[in-house]
Amino acid sequence: MYGSASTHDQPTTATTGLENEDPILLAEFEARIARGEKIEPSDWMPALYRKQLTRMIEQHAHSEIIGSLPEGTWITRAPGFRRKMAQMAKVQDEVGHAQLLYSAAETLGKTREQMLIDLINGKSKYSNVFNYPTPTWADSNVISWLIDAGAIVNQLANAKGSYGPYCRALDRICAEEAFHLKYGHDAVVHLATGTPIQRKMIQEALNRWWPAIMTFFGPSDKMSVHTEILMRWKVKMASNDECRNQFLDMYVPKIWEIGLTLPDPNLRKNEETGQWEFTEPDWEDFKRVINGDGPCNAERIAVRRAAEENGAWVRRALLTPKMQYVRPLA
Amino acid sequence: MPLTSQDPRIDLMYRLADDQLILGHRNSEWNGLGPILEEDIAFSSMAQDKLGHSLQMYSMLHALGEAEPDTVAFTRNAPQFHCCQLVELPIGEYDFSLTRHFLFDHAELLRFEALASSSYEPLAQVARKLRGELKYHALHANTWMKRLGTATEEAIERMQHSLNFTLPYALGIFEKTDAEPEIISSGLFVGEDELKSRWLESITKVLAQTALEMPEVTTLTPVFGGRHGQHTEFLQPLLDEMAEVFRLDPTADW
Repeated sequence: MYGSASTHDQPTTATTGLENEDPILLAEFEARIARGEKIEPSDWMPALYRKQLTRMIEQHAHSEIIGSLPEGTWITRAPGFRRKMAQMAKVQDEVGHAQLLYSAAETLGKTREQMLIDLINGKSKYSNVFNYPTPTWADSNVISWLIDAGAIVNQLANAKGSYGPYCRALDRICAEEAFHLKYGHDAVVHLATGTPIQRKMIQEALNRWWPAIMTFFGPSDKMSVHTEILMRWKVKMASNDECRNQFLDMYVPKIWEIGLTLPDPNLRKNEETGQWEFTEPDWEDFKRVINGDGPCNAERIAVRRAAEENGAWVRRALLTPKMQYVRPLA
Repeated sequence: MPLTSQDPRIDLMYRLADDQLILGHRNSEWNGLGPILEEDIAFSSMAQDKLGHSLQMYSMLHALGEAEPDTVAFTRNAPQFHCCQLVELPIGEYDFSLTRHFLFDHAELLRFEALASSSYEPLAQVARKLRGELKYHALHANTWMKRLGTATEEAIERMQHSLNFTLPYALGIFEKTDAEPEIISSGLFVGEDELKSRWLESITKVLAQTALEMPEVTTLTPVFGGRHGQHTEFLQPLLDEMAEVFRLDPTADW
């Protein structure tokens, strides 16, 4: 699932360190990207490119494992064999995505263990939506459908980016996410067309999640920091607002079609501009939650920390002095 | 659903199905908690297999006149379950879950290898399919037992402790019911005693390749009761959790 790497991009001053790069190598690098070539792990790349990509892929990987927690709690409660098995497989995919993405990030020089340590220490972030609770089965279905849908919008764009290992991981991930989307949609439709209890449950979950969904692609472009160089290097492939508009265009009609409503009286498509209009999300709240003060931040990190600590003896046992860490190549 | 059924096939298959359902449920609890991501994924794969196996068993039971699989799995209470107590224990730490997986899946593999020639053809057919999957479960368990059982002092100590703790529960897998004589005489299954002796041989062979010591099994008291509806305090809360959503409206299509 996931997707909004753009959420936490902080390109500070976009030119940081560029003056120290070899201008000829830099020009060749940019020309390759302009020609649509992929950059591979052993190729030359500017330090800023390496840093931004590491951060982005790492955040994406973290989002997959943290994202597996809110849905994971519903594996043991899923109603009926069919849902129980599908929920397991779906969440397992997400953990598999994390595995792929950590490997992709490792090609840039940072170990998985270090990334997981930075996650626990709060040094690196994950998608903000997973800091919100999933109090019912329907909340889990909303994530499976709409958060995964958002992720696909984002990831399809990023799969056309410039870094080879990340693009290849995203191609595989998008193929699986497409199944999640069908699964989530099917589960939501069952609730939306079901008994009064089921319909109430899904409408309430959607109302709860809508504000978070609206922030999923990150702050509005007019508030975003300068990202020109990341666009030129094809690290970032579409703007936050472009992704958000595409998502609304694809999914709001589907939500309305099954008789559900959305808790924003201003939500409508402006047919002249082709753009969706909506109540501006509460970005101050968004920032507050990203910075650690959301309803579930502490809980999510505590689970991850416990897993790291409880499993440390296993990882120690796997290390033998003769074996050395080898960075994956692709 | 009487605990001792007249039909030995029903008696046998409830035990198999309930073991698989409950252990599958437990294994799925490793989501997000594994010592490495690869183990989150492995336990989830095995959990999905176990769930699938139990669904096959419940479907065969349904064909013999029992209730629908969802009804059977999601609406019974603990005293109506026939699983051994081993599978219902909480996942604990990785050393326990791995040891349980090792001990259970060796028995499960041997059981389904034997069931492949059951006189009840539908069961034999399913067993021929499932044993192929179970081979991988046993392979996974063996790999980790050998790895951790020969690794650091800390790992060996933990694994030995778990083995000592878990073995009496594992012996509970082989608890017999009143139907046992007929199960054997009708050619349905070789029987729990025979299975146990094959199992002991099989696990001893793997443990011999580790620094772990196999406790003297004859001195252990098997934890029985599960096959007769007597369970640990952990089963009912598991079932309550499993049925939490289903029971909101058992007639609804989820």
